Amino acid sequence: MSRRRPRALVGTALLPVALVLAGCGGPDAAPAGAGDAAATGASASGVTASGANASGDALTGTVTVFAAASLTEVFDELAATFEGQHPGVEVETSYAGSSDLATQITEGAPADVFASADERTMQEVVDAGLAGDEPQTFATNVLTVVTPPDDPAGIGTSADLARPGARVVVCAPQVPCGAATQRVEEATGLALAPVSEEGSVTDVLGKVTSGQADAGVVYVTDARRAGDDVREVPLDGADAAVNTYPLAPLADARDPETAAAFVDLVVSAEGQRVLADAGFGAPGGS
Amino acid sequence: MTRRTAAPPGTQLPRWVAVPAAVGGLLVLLPLLALVLRVDWADLPALVTSEPSRAALLLSLRTAAAATALCVLLGVPMALVLARTALPGLRVLRALVLLPLVLPPVVGGIALLSAFGRRGLLGERLELLGVSVAFSTTAVVLAQTFVALPFLVVSLEGALRTAGHRHEQVAAVLGASPTTVLRRVTLPVVLPGLVSGAVLSFARALGEFGATLTFAGSLQGVTRTLPLEIYLQRETDPDAAVALSLLLVVVAAVVVVAVRGGRLTA
Repeated sequence: MSRRRPRALVGTALLPVALVLAGCGGPDAAPAGAGDAAATGASASGVTASGANASGDALTGTVTVFAAASLTEVFDELAATFEGQHPGVEVETSYAGSSDLATQITEGAPADVFASADERTMQEVVDAGLAGDEPQTFATNVLTVVTPPDDPAGIGTSADLARPGARVVVCAPQVPCGAATQRVEEATGLALAPVSEEGSVTDVLGKVTSGQADAGVVYVTDARRAGDDVREVPLDGADAAVNTYPLAPLADARDPETAAAFVDLVVSAEGQRVLADAGFGAPGGS
Repeated sequence: MTRRTAAPPGTQLPRWVAVPAAVGGLLVLLPLLALVLRVDWADLPALVTSEPSRAALLLSLRTAAAATALCVLLGVPMALVLARTALPGLRVLRALVLLPLVLPPVVGGIALLSAFGRRGLLGERLELLGVSVAFSTTAVVLAQTFVALPFLVVSLEGALRTAGHRHEQVAAVLGASPTTVLRRVTLPVVLPGLVSGAVLSFARALGEFGATLTFAGSLQGVTRTLPLEIYLQRETDPDAAVALSLLLVVVAAVVVVAVRGGRLTA
């Protein structure tokens, strides 16, 4: 999917521009921007923002966060919260598939924090010696079944997916969501005969929302995000494949303190609340 | 050779042109060279002949050949209409026909979905008749034809305009019917243009990725062509992705050389 890569590249490409602008802004520009950020942050995060404001004032600069595409909405919100708590800090986010991001990081992309959708890709970054701290699990995600709202194939339970004639789309086993689907199939004995094995979960969702497919296996958070465009059917045995999301500050972070502060926000009660709202599970239980 | 040594006055290039030209050449060649350097030669045969790779290559060759045949079947009449008739609005028509050349493939995929998808303009009716192109090899061929057709039309229309009308007029005066003129005069004259157009269409069809992914899906042996296989392999086995990329580069190079060679002898 060429769609995801350019976005990440644009993020990287814009970075120097943002740095230059931040540098040029100097003392004149800072108060205005900080005022705005503080205002939105205060209204968005209430008590936490005002509480952290006093201690967070020391942090300045830009923190670049590379996060898995499924985290887009959550991290956009957390970035705004973080900027509210630390008026001197600007958060740059770049969203893409976890393995794309891991490749970019190992090839030298200037990131400060990496939030991955699976442990394998995080391990690649750790193995390359680029993690600044032990990765922490901050969320979990499980699979579910989605159908178009009018449910053309009459999928009542996830067992109906195996019915002949049902056009089911899943992720390919090579990508994390496909590997998880395979684990659920093995655990429950569900034998799917998919008409397509997509390279990313967004492609699976797209095939369902466009009505091409009768059903698709996606993450709970994807189903939540699609809202009324899909109808959700629980996937029996989804607990057999709980996907864990690790995050870590990176060794080459420009300001390790700011990177660590962002990681702290994600694992804080506030961060966990935003993640739970988006459908993510808590790191400990499943 | 003689052209290069004895350039007539006024046709000599300023020397500085060589610098940006060389930079441009590097921009094209350097990534390809880097790709070749990255190839794991020891494992190359195993990577290229693995079951998924073979299935993808075979599917790609089959679908690209079918798409090229469709391009010739539909593109030759299109080029004839564009080059030889005086329909009103021909310029607009030509621009529209060439649109897939400049359209991002994923946009083409969404457009195809809107037309032939299960909920599409035409697809919905086809579905009622029991015909479904969704997730089929037919969908791959449709997507490839959509993006490759303009290449054939452009090449052939250019050849038709360059060839001119003279021979056709003579044949008509001698009493040949329009179909005979087309078959015995026009097409033989523009054959090199037709061949190079077909080869370019084949190459474009072989490389099709975005529209296929959006419109046809991805299943081994059915819809997962070589570019889709490369994209998927990249997730788990970058070496395999590089090996398969090399395969596509080689095929593309052969095609380009064939077309250029054909043009020089023509």
